[in-house]
Amino acid sequence: MRIILGLTILLVLGAAFVHIASDVPFGKPAVTDMDDYFIANGQEQTGANNIVTGVLFDYRGLDTLIEATVLFTAVLGVSVMFRKLKEGEQYEND
Amino acid sequence: MNGGSVIIAHAPLFAVAVIFLLGLSILFFKRNLIKILMGITLIEAAINLFLVSTGYRMDAIAPIFTNAPEGAVMALPTVQALTLTSIVIGVASSAMMLSFVMLIYRHYKTTNVNRIRGMKG
Amino acid sequence: MRMTKVVRTVADLLYPFCMIFGLYVVAHGHLTPGGGFQGGAVIATATALLIAAHRYDDVSARVKSARMKVFESVGLLGFLILGFSAIILGQPAFRNWMLSRGSLFNDSVAFGVNPGALTTGGLMPLMNLAVGLEVLGALTIITLYMLSGTKEDPS
Repeated sequence: MRIILGLTILLVLGAAFVHIASDVPFGKPAVTDMDDYFIANGQEQTGANNIVTGVLFDYRGLDTLIEATVLFTAVLGVSVMFRKLKEGEQYEND
Repeated sequence: MNGGSVIIAHAPLFAVAVIFLLGLSILFFKRNLIKILMGITLIEAAINLFLVSTGYRMDAIAPIFTNAPEGAVMALPTVQALTLTSIVIGVASSAMMLSFVMLIYRHYKTTNVNRIRGMKG
Repeated sequence: MRMTKVVRTVADLLYPFCMIFGLYVVAHGHLTPGGGFQGGAVIATATALLIAAHRYDDVSARVKSARMKVFESVGLLGFLILGFSAIILGQPAFRNWMLSRGSLFNDSVAFGVNPGALTTGGLMPLMNLAVGLEVLGALTIITLYMLSGTKEDPS
């Protein structure tokens, strides 16, 4: 039963994806105003030859800051999970 | 256009569909936590590929001015920057999930979700 | 697990080259493809190479996770300070105020297609460096902790 249900969902989703993918024009993005502005002025305003770096660290710097914070928090969680146990301390519920 | 040339012209989008469906089928049919994590990572990869492919212009080069050919069209930079963000957050979340799986294995001695039932211990 | 002497020697030889390549990617982030995140990931891969060749205990004595935590914290703090230093100077946050100001990285940029010089970019190279430090610390800590559970052969 589960297998039939899963296969049905997969088939429906696959048909929808193929329909959409053969319909969407690839290589011709519709709205490019913002990116054209970045390409035209990014070098002058951010001082980086690499426009992706310019977008990452200047136009969308706050995004990058939050992203770095997310990475920091994930490492904090991992190191809490794998911390060294004290003498005689057991893992909880073991 | 006949079917073949449509697939060739839209190859990245079809690749996105295939990778996404593979990840989804792993989520549906597998019972091992590590394999479920692999499925999630596959779906992540599909999303990243889709994001990058939306920003591609025909015959465009990467948006970098260092030693670029004169007068070339450049691909859209914003989606690339956002894909970078998405990749890093994907790494962080999969590290967290793998740590959870390791803790679950240490506690239950199995990674099969059917046997991780109830409040043991 | 411990590999043979050949594998260990080659891994030791390749370790500095991995780090140098990662630092190159970080330092040229504003000129060529790459940047802080990618370069930091490359540097963290060097530790994974060491763990693949050596015993885990030897590597964790060589690559201290406490030092990596310091790297990570200093990187994030530096990025924060660099990002919001523009506010102190009365400009919008994350504005590149160092551009064409006359210090370390402030040679004027040639607009349009150019060969690229390392000493341009204002705040960009410093931010890349900060983010590179953060990512190298974070990914090395994740690698060390994740592989701490590997079973050792009693040999």
